[in-house]
Amino acid sequence: MGVSSGSLLGGDGFLTTKISAVANWGRKHSLWPMAFGTACCAIEMMGTFSSRFDIARFGAETVRFSPRQADLMIVSGTITYKMASVCRRIYEQMPEPKWVIAMGSCTCGGGPFDSYAVVQGIDEFLPVDVYVGGCPPRPEALIDAVMKIQKKIDNEGPPIV
Amino acid sequence: MTSPPAPVDQIREKIGAYTLSESEFRGETTFTVKAESIVECCSLLKNTLGFTYLADVTVVDYLTVKFPRYEVVYLLHRFGENYEENLKIRLKAALEQDNPAIDSVTSVWSGANWLEREAYDMFGITFRGHPDPRRILMPDDYDEFPLRKDFDVRDRESSKRCFERALDEGLE
Ligand code: SF4
Repeated sequence: MGVSSGSLLGGDGFLTTKISAVANWGRKHSLWPMAFGTACCAIEMMGTFSSRFDIARFGAETVRFSPRQADLMIVSGTITYKMASVCRRIYEQMPEPKWVIAMGSCTCGGGPFDSYAVVQGIDEFLPVDVYVGGCPPRPEALIDAVMKIQKKIDNEGPPIV
Repeated sequence: MTSPPAPVDQIREKIGAYTLSESEFRGETTFTVKAESIVECCSLLKNTLGFTYLADVTVVDYLTVKFPRYEVVYLLHRFGENYEENLKIRLKAALEQDNPAIDSVTSVWSGANWLEREAYDMFGITFRGHPDPRRILMPDDYDEFPLRKDFDVRDRESSKRCFERALDEGLE
């Protein structure tokens, strides 16, 4: 994007850009998270949303508990196979374009639960964009993940489906 | 003048006909009772001895360590006038390896409903006369009993199958 207000071009100021660049700029600053919290990591995610860490500073202002209104799914917590089908269905219900953050060791690879009930990483059934390690990760790490998504949107635009 | 009998003595006297043995550990008394008379024993404990609260029903799988293989454990609580008068006892009933089954105590404490469902879900113990004998935690079509000692705790095959099916059903 280029902004000019030079007298050379008339003095009123104008902007040259591509539609996709404007759209991506809008997308990246209005990521609405769908909070899919199932265990302890969710508490850390709530901390990230609230005033001390305040993820709203990065445009992820409104947490939506309806998948229809969200475009960023933050999966935070242990996902069991019984929950996995629910998680997948909620993902399917989100409108395109959409992104996924796997927050915490559990979602990245099962965490401490190497057991019959727990999915060993949500990438078994979801396309994950950013993995955040930690048990649980600090709010700064989640903010970093959101900013990585923003960079990704800048560079690549919406995922191709 | 003789002092009144200690509460455990009183219980021992009442349910003596149903017990096989008794043990004490750190002030808690455990009665091993005959599996076939569990309902009579429990209703006596509830109706005449005041054990109104069934705190938990769980199972121990001894596999090869002990025979018979399973023990169903009932944790009972009696509320006293004062905190010191609260009393906890434990009942155990041994069950065989093949088709382990015991009568349900839901007729005595309706709170046993979910506790027995969990015991069935995890150990495959059948509770005869249970009003709703379904699994409670694992999916309905799951076909293992995961807390049995001969089940490999890392075996995710059955879970995966239930997941795939749930997904297919959901997307139809
Ligand atoms: S990664 Fe750790 S903190 Fe997060 S849900 Fe799993 S066990 Fe809980």
